[in-house]
Amino acid sequence: MTEIQAGTEAAAAASGAPQVPAIELDGVVKEYLAHGEVVQAVKGVTLAIAEGEFFSLLGPSGCGKTTTMRMVAGFEEPTRGVVRLLGQDVTNVPPNKRDVNMVFQSYALFPHMSVWENVAFGLRRRKVAEAEIRRRVGEMLEIVDLGGREKRRPREMSGGQQQRVALARALVNRPRALLLDEPLGALDLKLRQAMQIELKRIQREVGITFVYVTHDQSEALTMSDRIAVMNDGLVEQLAAPREIYERPATAFVAGFIGTSNLLSGAVDRVESGCAVLKLGEHGRVLVAEASQRAGDPISVTVRPEKITISTEEPSGDISAVRGTVSEVVYLGLYNSYAVRLADGAEVTVFQQNALDSSSTAERGDAVWLSWQPHHSYAIGS
Amino acid sequence: MRKVRAAAAPYLLALPAWIWFAIFFVVPIAAMASVSLTTGNLLEGFQQTFSFSNYAKAVGQYHTQLIRSLIYGGIATLIMLVLAYPMAYWIAFKGGRRKSMYLFLLLLPFFVSFVLRTISWGFLLADDGILFGPLKSAGLLPGDFHVLATDVAVIGGLVYNFLPFMVLPIYVALERVDPRVVEAAYDLYASRWAAFRKVVLPLSLPGVFAGVLMTFVPATADPVNARILGGTGNTMIGNIIQTEYLTNNDYPTASALSFTLMAVLLVGIFVYARSLGTENVLEAAAR
Repeated sequence: MTEIQAGTEAAAAASGAPQVPAIELDGVVKEYLAHGEVVQAVKGVTLAIAEGEFFSLLGPSGCGKTTTMRMVAGFEEPTRGVVRLLGQDVTNVPPNKRDVNMVFQSYALFPHMSVWENVAFGLRRRKVAEAEIRRRVGEMLEIVDLGGREKRRPREMSGGQQQRVALARALVNRPRALLLDEPLGALDLKLRQAMQIELKRIQREVGITFVYVTHDQSEALTMSDRIAVMNDGLVEQLAAPREIYERPATAFVAGFIGTSNLLSGAVDRVESGCAVLKLGEHGRVLVAEASQRAGDPISVTVRPEKITISTEEPSGDISAVRGTVSEVVYLGLYNSYAVRLADGAEVTVFQQNALDSSSTAERGDAVWLSWQPHHSYAIGS
Repeated sequence: MRKVRAAAAPYLLALPAWIWFAIFFVVPIAAMASVSLTTGNLLEGFQQTFSFSNYAKAVGQYHTQLIRSLIYGGIATLIMLVLAYPMAYWIAFKGGRRKSMYLFLLLLPFFVSFVLRTISWGFLLADDGILFGPLKSAGLLPGDFHVLATDVAVIGGLVYNFLPFMVLPIYVALERVDPRVVEAAYDLYASRWAAFRKVVLPLSLPGVFAGVLMTFVPATADPVNARILGGTGNTMIGNIIQTEYLTNNDYPTASALSFTLMAVLLVGIFVYARSLGTENVLEAAAR
């Protein structure tokens, strides 16, 4: 229960203060004509992003997240639906007249201009006074830690530096919202992790709404206030990272975010608020807060790190199933076990590597898996 | 030993090209330089006198044609630039899947000989030819109207014949412009015109530079268009060089004229490259 509260609290904090959302999508649909056939890239997205929020659109490639973002930026016009910025309908407003700026996946810096000219580009187009441009560009280059590199050309800089130029070029205009399209995709892991923290710091510093498009679930979980998980042109779940992880709304979300085990069956009985489903001869899965009644079919997810492995049958009001270890993978911080249940389903279990290594199970061992009722989560009811 | 051979490989591979270059460029140039400094005639023979009198004669006698050639070449190049840029732009950005077809259409005239194409233009523009004849008999044009044997015909011919050499390099440069960079300009409040002026145009300048070189030099030196489409008042320096070589057999004067033309073009190119900012052009081209 505590996790749920923390999740909704974050969402409430993000959407609480101002009445008008920074960005609003209302029933937005985008259709393309490909090879004479109508293809729906976005099938109807409705969401509101609060001012100052770090909002992520997360999903696999082709799920419509980039198209959704491009409709907010103005590069694509929705086939149906309305896009609003601070309550104003901008559905048909071209990108150069929208008060949002974008950080492109490949940065798209102007190769023939210096870093300074790149960053000053937007202010110059808006005819800001020269003295003001000097001040703001200088300030912004300090924020992204590029002071002293004003005269460089983009291709004389590393990927991480180019990334920060792209960020500065967009942020210097103080847009209503900053749209970031997989901005860290081209960086290596170390740099990516450093930039994640950096992005979060910059967002706090400038206080601008960030809309972040990514297919990297750990990136979205790390940085976002709220995440919209998209699949096949639709939003599957919109919630705070913790809630998305702990309480996935659909099987897709459960599978896409982290590793998840899916167990299906019919509810056997409901006991003191817990739905109980039988699995095999001795197995039982307890699900807290399930709305299903006895006899209803149910799908349950449970995260691998919530499961405990033991050789003895666990007792008490917890889920317990039997299986045989079919694979053990040593991953440093933890071991990953694949355990095959009697009905053939395979369950993944993560167990932290404690000092005492005698407790680890071996391949072929018959084991019991157990977890708390509130770690089973019924989905797609 | 293997290392030495590996290091020498690129040079060995380039050797045929170098030999070709030496035989067909360096040797003729040197021979022509030597001929330009001789005196005499075909019957009595030429003596190497190292006299620059041929140059004085060439410039003194034919500066009118030399200047006319530069003006024709310059005007033709400007017209080609104005025509070619939108064409290249359209093919690069609006050509879609038909790009290669448009490029093929652009190169299609090359399947017919250069001289033949120019002669057919002569037919088209003839005073009572298929274009003006009917218009004149219908009374839509005055009877003495003519285009052939005028500046317009010669410059028109040059534009027609060299246009693809302007379109292609500009097309290549525009094709290389990342569309996302143009989107970034729109995103940063640039109007269509500002995005073109500040982003697309500067990024295509290396192509413009190459196109101008590839058209201005051959157009200025071209003898065919002036001979077929021009009159006595439209003679270009290429015609003079041809006549001096092939009709008058005055090899020293012809050589001196060729060198003068080459020198003028080289200086022109140098000044042009400098004024356009060689560094920027080369830098952008190296990308």
